[in-house]
Amino acid sequence: MSSSPAERAPAPAATAPYVRIDRLTKRFGEFVAVNQVSLEIPRGEIFCLLGGSGCGKTTLLRMLAGFEVPSEGAIYIDGVDVTQVPPYERPVNMMFQSYALFPHMTVAQNVAFGLRQDSVPRAEIEARVTEMLALVQLAGYEKRKPHQLSGGQRQRVALARALVKRPKLLLLDEPLGALDKKLREQTQFELVNLQEKLGVTFVIVTHDQEEAMTLAARIGVMRAGQILQVGTPTEIYEFPNSRFVADFIGSVNMTEGRLVDDAPDHVRIDCPQLGGTVYVDHGVSSPPDAQVSVAIRPEKFQLSRDRPPQQDNLLSGVVTGIAYLGDVTRYLVRLPTGFVLKVTAPNVFRHEERLAHDETVWIHWHASAAVVVTR
Amino acid sequence: MNSVAGTGLARAVGRLRGSGRSAIGRWFVIAVPYFWLALFFLVPFLIVLKIAFSNIQLSMPPVEPIVTWAGDKVFQLRLHFSNFTFVFGDDLYRAAFLNSLQVAGISTLFALLIGYPMAYGIARAPGTWRNILFLLVVLPFFTSFLLRVYAWMGLLGRNGPINGVLLKLGIVAEPLQLLQTDFAVYLGMVYSYLPFMVLPLYTAIEKLDLTLLEAAADLGCRPTKAFFKITLPLTKEGVFAGCLLVFIPAVGEYVIPALLGGPDTLMIGRVVWDEFFGNRDWPVASALAIVLLVILAGFVLLLQKVQAREKEAA
Repeated sequence: MSSSPAERAPAPAATAPYVRIDRLTKRFGEFVAVNQVSLEIPRGEIFCLLGGSGCGKTTLLRMLAGFEVPSEGAIYIDGVDVTQVPPYERPVNMMFQSYALFPHMTVAQNVAFGLRQDSVPRAEIEARVTEMLALVQLAGYEKRKPHQLSGGQRQRVALARALVKRPKLLLLDEPLGALDKKLREQTQFELVNLQEKLGVTFVIVTHDQEEAMTLAARIGVMRAGQILQVGTPTEIYEFPNSRFVADFIGSVNMTEGRLVDDAPDHVRIDCPQLGGTVYVDHGVSSPPDAQVSVAIRPEKFQLSRDRPPQQDNLLSGVVTGIAYLGDVTRYLVRLPTGFVLKVTAPNVFRHEERLAHDETVWIHWHASAAVVVTR
Repeated sequence: MNSVAGTGLARAVGRLRGSGRSAIGRWFVIAVPYFWLALFFLVPFLIVLKIAFSNIQLSMPPVEPIVTWAGDKVFQLRLHFSNFTFVFGDDLYRAAFLNSLQVAGISTLFALLIGYPMAYGIARAPGTWRNILFLLVVLPFFTSFLLRVYAWMGLLGRNGPINGVLLKLGIVAEPLQLLQTDFAVYLGMVYSYLPFMVLPLYTAIEKLDLTLLEAAADLGCRPTKAFFKITLPLTKEGVFAGCLLVFIPAVGEYVIPALLGGPDTLMIGRVVWDEFFGNRDWPVASALAIVLLVILAGFVLLLQKVQAREKEAA
């Protein structure tokens, strides 16, 4: 965990942003795919655009690559306006979701292709291709054709081909999407290591939040052509700024409530669906009696057979569903109001009398657990 | 190449072997078209081959039988190679063959140069347009081939609309001699065989993954260069198929040179016709047909070998 990119020190804030996207809009006829997006990415960062299909993340990436011309707005890379620069003149390379390896060329020819276009001397091309293939652990595969490679090897050829030109910015479209689960886990750490070694700025597009959280230093959550929230994985997960972000990232119990006790250092929210009030240990910037949404992650709950001593944030319910996943167990607990809570409990002990169906349990959560969002 | 073809064959046989009724069904499905080909292609071919080794004779049919009963328990098989020695010895036939190959080759080249952009445009056109454009390519087949060639005679004639327009505009003072020229033959050839070029090219271009071109652009390749580096190599199969489909029938073409060409347009199809109907020399006509077939089969085999070698390299 210590090598997780989220915990690495962010780039110094004093430097000018390396990539600056200024009020970028892309319309396809009536449809607005990307709507007034502004974004700044410092040099050497792994930035991840996360969102469901049709949220505009791929269109945004394609505008960065130069495949789509923005309807409005501008893109600056290293201070240079590249908005109208065609893709073949941009200091940007892309790794395609399908990898888009040239099927009629060998691995070495694929990797060398970009350098050939720049009329790099033959000897240097050879040296750089060899070096790059060694870096992605594909030395000895130079003469193979793409169809003779496995999915993971193809992914690494695509990465080598995109990196060999030493781009200022590398765009990755669902880089791990076509790999199976085991390979993904291995590859995502390799990708982060490679990025650290080369110091290239990465912009990754993905719909997979786990991929986003393991790879990215910062994540931008997109929906309907707009970026709703930008933050580190921790910020996005623990401090979502909207219902959508809270719901989109991870699993969450979402309920509506009314602000009843509004103090600067704490608030109480009356939640009829829970049949009680939720105590939150920080203030919120909404007026009293405002309607708010309360989001609590399943792992923030503590389950017990005996009533805990606390008075606040305490509910009781009946277990209606159990899914044992090994590391954790997921429970569904029905409250007297009929509302069903998702609860995740770690399996700390091997020998333990686990909760059974129809058992009555107490649920408690810490005053900092609930997230209050107003939109 | 052999190993690849071998495993493919083995797999096909394995699939066919199957068991019981389904296997019989599969054999039946394959046997019917082969039976058809044997009856209407192989048998006539053998007849032509037989005639090619026969001798001219005043009778109906005007050939000697090659197998005769000589009496005394003896069947005689008499093969006349004289037809072939005659065909190879005569400059006229050699010129006709060479000229046919040249006309077919140049026509194929022009069909490719015109057909590739056409096929590319159709394959890249938006949905509904693509269907309309595709239909337009196939549309000429709705009319008889002969009629379309006759239509060109009308268009190219001295009093035809093309000369009419040229005269009206004052570009020429006298009507041009368009008909009965090599130009008319090439025009007719390219026009008639263009769809056979466009269709396989369209199929190949349509299959091409467009992200490959984006990848090329992303790596710094300009569009024109990307065409020669990516698009053309990956649609080569379509180019081969289209060229074969145009070249082979063009070599033996009779109608177009006969109707649009001049008296000095010497093509092998016409020579075969003249030998057969004019001179009633069936054996020489058959020998010419056999030589033509061997030449074309040679071309096809050569092309297959080239393709197989590339597959092997892949």
